[in-house]
Amino acid sequence: MAAEISTAQTSSAAVDVIVMVLRRLFFSAVGLGILFALWWFGGWLLESNPATMSFADFGPFPTIDAVPYMVQSGTLLDASQASGYRLGIGLLLAIVTGIPVGILMGRSKVFRKLSNTPFQFLRMVSPLSWEPIAVIAMPTWDQAIIFLISMAAVWPVAFATAAGLAKLDRAWFKVARNLGASWWDILKEIILPAIAFDVMTGIRLALGVAWIVIVPAEFLGITSGLGYTIQDSRENLMYGDLAVTILAIGIIGFLMDGICLALIKRFSWHRN
Amino acid sequence: MSRSGVQISVQDLTHRYSSRGPVTFDQVNLESKPGEVLAIIGRSGCGKSTLLHIMAGLLAPTSGSIRLNNIEVKEPSPKWVMMFQAPHLFPWMQVSQNVGIGLKFANFAEDKIRERVEKTIKLVDLEEFAESNVQDLSGGQQQRVALARSLVMEPEMLLLDEPFSALDAFTRASLQKDVRSIAKSMGINLVIVTHSIDEAVLMADRAVIMAGSPGKIKEEIMVELPEERTAQDPEVQKIRGHLMETFRQASTATH
Ligand SMILES: Nc1ncnc2c1ncn2[C@@H]1O[C@H](COP(=O)(O)OP(=O)(O)O)[C@@H](O)[C@H]1O
Ligand SMILES: [Mg+2]
Repeated sequence: MAAEISTAQTSSAAVDVIVMVLRRLFFSAVGLGILFALWWFGGWLLESNPATMSFADFGPFPTIDAVPYMVQSGTLLDASQASGYRLGIGLLLAIVTGIPVGILMGRSKVFRKLSNTPFQFLRMVSPLSWEPIAVIAMPTWDQAIIFLISMAAVWPVAFATAAGLAKLDRAWFKVARNLGASWWDILKEIILPAIAFDVMTGIRLALGVAWIVIVPAEFLGITSGLGYTIQDSRENLMYGDLAVTILAIGIIGFLMDGICLALIKRFSWHRN
Repeated sequence: MSRSGVQISVQDLTHRYSSRGPVTFDQVNLESKPGEVLAIIGRSGCGKSTLLHIMAGLLAPTSGSIRLNNIEVKEPSPKWVMMFQAPHLFPWMQVSQNVGIGLKFANFAEDKIRERVEKTIKLVDLEEFAESNVQDLSGGQQQRVALARSLVMEPEMLLLDEPFSALDAFTRASLQKDVRSIAKSMGINLVIVTHSIDEAVLMADRAVIMAGSPGKIKEEIMVELPEERTAQDPEVQKIRGHLMETFRQASTATH
């Protein structure tokens, strides 16, 4: 009897989940449809005004026409790889500096007090404003861009790590020590799993800013990357190619964010 | 495994939180026989939690010592484990992982951990929740997990700091009974700190009263009752009255 009830409950729970997913897909599809319609309308406006007619390739159908060339020529892939490489290194640097800095902020009162004002100040400076300095300080343009990305991405990681540490129940350490935990055990079994969710949330934010910063950062000094491709298409009046690149930036960003979200879910133990 | 517990001796224990701060308690002396359940009763603020933290090696005394069968307690160890008012479970681990964490710290083999965890979870009556998320359990069940997490280490002494005070009366009663009988069957010394005289009567073999500021051990009362104890039992009522009266006298004498 009990078993029957529980099977009935699981199957109805499964139905609920399917309904929820379908509903979400439906709304996503409709939302995308509206976006596409607006895009199309914008393209139509450009096309129907003689003053802007030369920009008509921004519209959806010329853009779709430009996709095969962008893909087959390898332009899109090369540009994505170049940007992805800079993003990856920049983000990695931001993570390996942001987490220790966040731990310092979370664990040391003196460091927290000392660093709070300068960090809040630095955080408010647009990462792109460092560009002239980065170009002088770094031997190559590539490294300058990576530096800019790190500057943008380090704050969310550091602040999220500190916030995660602040939420730890201090009694966990007492319990762990009581049960014979070593310093290493406490780090591995208590601190890291406890803050993984917050750190991952910070990384997601960092990825978001880094992805936004990378395009304008690639406008100057280099001949690869999605930012460069935008600049290059603009100069050659290839507006269809430009729109395809924008589309690619959006899709890649969306996918990376989705991966981060999945990881956040994986590391989350919080109940609301 | 059937042991008989340890002789606990607390000698001239004095504590202050800072060198210029007030004395938390002064010259505390306690003895407890192997396998005994000792209750320490006192008003809040008289230093009971501090005393237990020192007994668990989580806090250093200002002077004096604690010995278990002549081994001095100087640092935390799975041989002397403390349980707190709140369960403080690790919410990212399921019940069985919480229970096994101490064995993991001690580098036990995977299958040995599984075996001991399973046995201990059964002991505290949580078999059906072994794979549950601890956040889905009730307060009483969570405290049972915390109990299992301590018991799995097979400690010689279990220190309980008002562990049931946040629970409802029914849950509290069943835990009081179970904790006592488990400790007796495993041969573990229990030291339970409480501000509830009822709890002391239902659980202890002996109760001491701590009072004053700085706190001192004032009185000691034997609780000689059969294993089956209920609050309505006239014998229980009698000792309860006696304890109540002694407690009142001990605490008024200092004010
Ligand atoms: N970490 C601490 N630092 C300074 N004083 C403390 C600390 N913890 C407790 N005290 C003080 O020590 C005294 C005893 O506290 P405690 O041991 O918690 O008593 P009880 O458990 O009996 O309520 C209280 O006056 C309390 O304010
Ligand atoms: Mg207390």
